Amino acid sequence: MKDGTLVVAGMATLSAGTYAFRWSGQLYAFRWSGQLLRARISFPPRAARLLEAAAVVLLAALVATTALTEGHGFSGFARPAGVLVAGVLAWRKAPFLVVVLAAAAVTAVARLLGVP
Amino acid sequence: MSSIWRTLERGVRGNALLVDAGLTCLAVMFIGLSYGAVAVTSGFPVWVPAAQSVLVLAGASEFLFIGIVAAGGSPIAAALAGMLVNARHLPYGLALPPGVTGRGWRRLLGTHLMNDESVVFALGQDDPARKRAAYWTCGLGVLICWPGGAILGALIGSAVHNTGAFGLDAMFPAVILALIVPDLRNRMTLRAALAGAAIALLATPFLPAGLPVLLALAAVLLLARAPSGAAP
Repeated sequence: MKDGTLVVAGMATLSAGTYAFRWSGQLYAFRWSGQLLRARISFPPRAARLLEAAAVVLLAALVATTALTEGHGFSGFARPAGVLVAGVLAWRKAPFLVVVLAAAAVTAVARLLGVP
Repeated sequence: MSSIWRTLERGVRGNALLVDAGLTCLAVMFIGLSYGAVAVTSGFPVWVPAAQSVLVLAGASEFLFIGIVAAGGSPIAAALAGMLVNARHLPYGLALPPGVTGRGWRRLLGTHLMNDESVVFALGQDDPARKRAAYWTCGLGVLICWPGGAILGALIGSAVHNTGAFGLDAMFPAVILALIVPDLRNRMTLRAALAGAAIALLATPFLPAGLPVLLALAAVLLLARAPSGAAP
């Protein structure tokens, strides 16, 4: 870990920000429910869908970069091979534990066989 | 708190709810195990996943934070990316009927217990008392199982030294992939995710660590520009 203080600042930001999201949704629901005779207030579905998609896009980019790159270059074939097998298993609805252990096993065996 | 247990015991489906919540918490613990192990093998001390699992209590964002910082990205940029992932808690708060998260000081804790699992369980119940019971049961279960799994995983991970030989570096992307596969079954989301992944990969050789993942957000514009009535 490079800079402990900065990591703590990042953790504090993420914790506080997440709590603020958890709190503010309820706050609006509470305020509006009195004024509009408890009419159901819902978040615009289109905005909710975009928010959800943004989260998935970020995580997918993280999967791609951690699977395929190391520093600024290519990670080698063993790691993406393990992740690919995990992806196929997950798509076929294999149990979570099977998916994760398969990724590690495939990568370990590939390295044992001399695949970079 | 005792009234919650009475509600659960009284309900005919109380037992089924407890079993479902228990299984969900067990699954959360397994993800927590891999989270702790991955964080430590990525170079973080045990207290980082331990503190985050209690204070943030939202798995995907914690994985994202660890991933960006481990790659050499700025912790503040990683925190902002994590907050974007956690923005879904705002519509969650809107969807929950008033009172489910508790009243008075209890609401401070009840608010913290808001996560994917507790909200799904609460919305799945019929009457307000049972919604509240389901929310708190599942929420408290996750509050115990997620940090518990993360700390145990971190301790196990600390004992392993040659992470490459065991293929542990492949676990991190595999865990996240397993978590987002249900979302990727939506064709529009899949298209945006693939575009985002491609952007991040193309940017990796040229940009400082951590930024390529954030740049992937440009792919969301594909969805924003699509007509709202577009079939998924």
